[in-house]
Amino acid sequence: MAAPSPANTGLPPALADATRDETSLRRFLHGLPGVDQVGVEQRAAGLATRSIKKAAKLWAIDTAIGMVDLTTLEGADTAGKVRSLCAKGRRPDPERPEVPRVAAICVYPDMVTTAVEALGDSGIHVASVATAFPSGRSSMPVKIADTELAVAAGADEVDMVIDRGAFLSGRYGRVFDEIVTIKHACGDAHLKVILETGELATYDNVRRASWLAMLAGADFIKTSTGKVSPAATLPVTHVMLQAVRDWHTATGTRVGVKPAGGIRTTKDAIRYLVAVHEVAGPEWLNPDLFRFGASSLLNDLLMQRRAQLDGHYSGPDYVTVD
Amino acid sequence: MSERLTVAKTYKLYVGGAFPRSESGRSYPVQDAKGAFLANAAQASRKDVRDAVVAARKALGGWSRATAYNRGQVLYRVAELLEGRREQFVAELGASEGLAAKRAQSIVDLVVDRWVWYAGWADKIATVLGAANPVAGPYFSFSVPEPTGVVGVLAPQSSSLLGLVSVVAPVIATGNTAVVVASQDRPLPAITLSEVLATSDVPGGVVNVLTGRTAELAPWLASHADVNALDLTGAPEATTTELERAAAGTVKRVLRAGAAEPDWTVAPDVKRLRAFLETKTVWHPKGT
Repeated sequence: MAAPSPANTGLPPALADATRDETSLRRFLHGLPGVDQVGVEQRAAGLATRSIKKAAKLWAIDTAIGMVDLTTLEGADTAGKVRSLCAKGRRPDPERPEVPRVAAICVYPDMVTTAVEALGDSGIHVASVATAFPSGRSSMPVKIADTELAVAAGADEVDMVIDRGAFLSGRYGRVFDEIVTIKHACGDAHLKVILETGELATYDNVRRASWLAMLAGADFIKTSTGKVSPAATLPVTHVMLQAVRDWHTATGTRVGVKPAGGIRTTKDAIRYLVAVHEVAGPEWLNPDLFRFGASSLLNDLLMQRRAQLDGHYSGPDYVTVD
Repeated sequence: MSERLTVAKTYKLYVGGAFPRSESGRSYPVQDAKGAFLANAAQASRKDVRDAVVAARKALGGWSRATAYNRGQVLYRVAELLEGRREQFVAELGASEGLAAKRAQSIVDLVVDRWVWYAGWADKIATVLGAANPVAGPYFSFSVPEPTGVVGVLAPQSSSLLGLVSVVAPVIATGNTAVVVASQDRPLPAITLSEVLATSDVPGGVVNVLTGRTAELAPWLASHADVNALDLTGAPEATTTELERAAAGTVKRVLRAGAAEPDWTVAPDVKRLRAFLETKTVWHPKGT
C-alpha cells in the first residue's frame, strides 16, 4: 500500500494512522461501529412519512431540481441526445424561465467534449463516469487513462467506481490505492466515488466503504451506478449521510453524498431531502454537497412544480421526452 | 343459538387492477332505495383521481395497441363473467334502485346483451368509420379511427348498472382507457363490475373505478392535463359549464350530457363509440 497521499495530510492523528498500511486500515474499518439494520430502516421509514406541502414543497422541488445530475449513460447515446440533454439542463422548463438549472450533466467520457461545448458558460458542471464504468473490471493503467481522457476533455467532476471484488474479498488497501491514484489523475476535478451499494450486501460494508473512500480523498460518495438493482435506497443513503456527518465532526471538512438510480418521483426526492436535513444537517442541502443522479426524476419534478402553480395536475405530454 | 350477525362490507376503489383504500382514508355509507344501510363505500379524493389517471395512462399503450380482435375477445369474456354474477347484480339492482326482482332480472339481461353488443363492435368499428378516400392526386389516402386516450367518465347517477355499462363499454371497446366516477348514491353495481373486470382478462388500469362525491372529483378530472377526454353523462347539472371550461383548458374532447338522463333501455347506436375516436388520415404516394 502506498504512503498517504497529499489528500490525507492534515488528517487528525487517529485517521492518519488508519491509512498507514493495509493492516491498520483493516483494523480501523472493522473497528467502526456496526449498523443497526432494524434501527436504520425504521428511522428511514419514519422520516419518509413527513408531510411536505405547499410553499415548503415548492421550495423542496426547486432545491431538488438544482441538485439533479442529469444523466444519460446508455450504449445508444449520441451527440444529439447529449446536446438536447444539455439544453434541458440549462432551461428545464422553457415556459417558466425561473426554474433553476440542474447541477451537472453526467455522461460517458467520449461525450464530455460534446457536453462541454453545449453547456458553454452556463455554470453547469460536466460530470463523467470513468474507471471502466459500471463494473470497474479493468487494469489500473486503463482506469487512469479513462479518467485522464474525461478530465482532458473538460469534465470537472469524475464519477469513479470502486473495485467491489477487491473490497468484498477484504483487500481494502487495493481499493484505497485505486481511489488515491484516480484522485491524483483527476487533478482539479471533483471526485465522486461510486460504492455500488447494491453489491456490498450489508450496511456495515456500506459504512466501511464510505469511510474508506473519504480516507482516500473522495469529494463525494455516491451510492450506485444505476446499472445494478437495488440502486439507491433511503436506508443506504442514511448510512452514508451518517458517515459524512461523522467525517465532518472528526476532520472539519464536508464530503458530499449522491444517491443515484431508482429515484423517479418528486415524493422520493423530497424524502431524501428530509433525510439529508435530519441526518447530515442543513449545510448539506446544497448542490455542492448533495446531488441526485437521475434522468426521469427531472420530468416528475417539473410536472409537480406545474401542478403546484397551476392548481391542476400536469401530464407527461407537457414535458420533453428524453 | 343467537341470531347470526350480517357482515357489513366496506368496499374499496379499483385502480390499476388493485383494490386500494382511498388515499384520504374516508368512506361513506351507501343506502338502499328505502334509506336503509347497505354497505360502506370508499370516498375517493383528488389524489385517488391522480393515481387512477396514472394507472390509466400506463395501461393505454398495451390496450390501444392490442389488436381489435383481441380486445373484442377480452370483452366477450367479461360478458361471460357478468353472466356468472347474475344473482349478485340482480340483488344489488333491487336494493339500490328499488326494482322488483323481475324488472332487475330483465335489466341484467340487457346489461349482458349491451356488453356483448359493444364487444362485437371492437373489430368492426374501423370498417364503418374508416375509409379509403378518393383524392385528386397520385396518392392512396385512407383514414382510420384511433383511440383518443385516457377518458374520464362520470357515470350516470340513476341507472347504476345499465347506464354504467352503456358508457364504459364503448370507451374501452375502441381502445381507450377509462377513469370512471361511479354513481354517487348507488355505487355498489359499479364495485361489483370492477370485481368482474379484475377477474377477467382486461389488463389492470384499463378501467379504474372511483366511488365518492361526483361534484368533488369531477373538477380534478376535468382539469387534469393528462386526461384526453371527458364524458359528462353523470355530472351534476349545475356544474357542467364549469367542467367544460376546465376541460377546455387542456383541450379535452367533451361528450356533453342531455338535460335528463337518457333511457338506457333503448338500443344504442355507434354515437358513443365515435365520441372517443380520432381519425388518422394517411397519404401514401403511389404510381411512378
